[in-house]
Amino acid sequence: MLIQTILSSAMFTRLITLIAGVLFGLGMMISGMVDPVNVIGFLDITGDWNPSLMFVMGGALMVFMPIYFLVVRRLDKPVCDNEFKITTNNTVDPKLLTGATLFGIGWGIAGVCPGPAVTSLSGGNLAIVAFTLSMLIGFFIVVRIESRHENVG
Amino acid sequence: MSEFPWDALRGGMLLGLSAALLLVMNGRIAGISGILSGLLKPQKGEFGWRATFILGMVIASLLAPMLGFELPLDLPVASIPMVVLAGLLVGIGTKLGNGCTSGHGICGMGRLSKRSIIATCVFMVSAIATTFVRLHI
Repeated sequence: MLIQTILSSAMFTRLITLIAGVLFGLGMMISGMVDPVNVIGFLDITGDWNPSLMFVMGGALMVFMPIYFLVVRRLDKPVCDNEFKITTNNTVDPKLLTGATLFGIGWGIAGVCPGPAVTSLSGGNLAIVAFTLSMLIGFFIVVRIESRHENVG
Repeated sequence: MSEFPWDALRGGMLLGLSAALLLVMNGRIAGISGILSGLLKPQKGEFGWRATFILGMVIASLLAPMLGFELPLDLPVASIPMVVLAGLLVGIGTKLGNGCTSGHGICGMGRLSKRSIIATCVFMVSAIATTFVRLHI
């Protein structure tokens, strides 16, 4: 009973979330994904190709997949919460394809995506701050368009 | 012959571990675009864990130098207008597509989600094409 209480307590849950965030940030720093040079080096397939990103993805999947299939899939609920919040949406629609295309273009321009941007904020680099703010504005634009769409429809 | 990218692999494994931990313990997907955009109009109970996770990421960036990993000094893209454009496209694109490299690329593909596999292929091709145009044309 005590173990149960600790596991579902808000403080423990928050601690785990913090640890997960730290692990993610460390992953960003150690993998070199915070340096756009590495990202662009991977995306520049006709240039001096840097395969690092492939190993980052591979490393991530190598750890995530076994845990997902052997642990997550066998659980009724997560350890600290009541239900898994995983999307059940499996449709491939124009919205997804458009979104992925636009994201790819943006990523290709600066070699920065959300994870590295957030991790890099502590450095105070103007370009990173500008990128992050613009990204937030981008989110906001979509939220606005979608809510207007909902009201009209 | 260059060295095997051990740091890339190790860093990637940490990303996978982080995502697995968040999912097993808290039942949530570690997709940074989703975590961030959920802060904009947070639903009940959705703000705290997102802010905590992001705080963790920032803390990590301050701890990493002790392990010998620093933030880059500068970004290759020269102009702020281009950076702003990039940010807007990433924001719009990830929100429309409901995910980014961590959300679709790691968590989605890791679940063998058809939607995420396709999204990842599309944004990879798009990014590669953009890079080609930018650097070689």
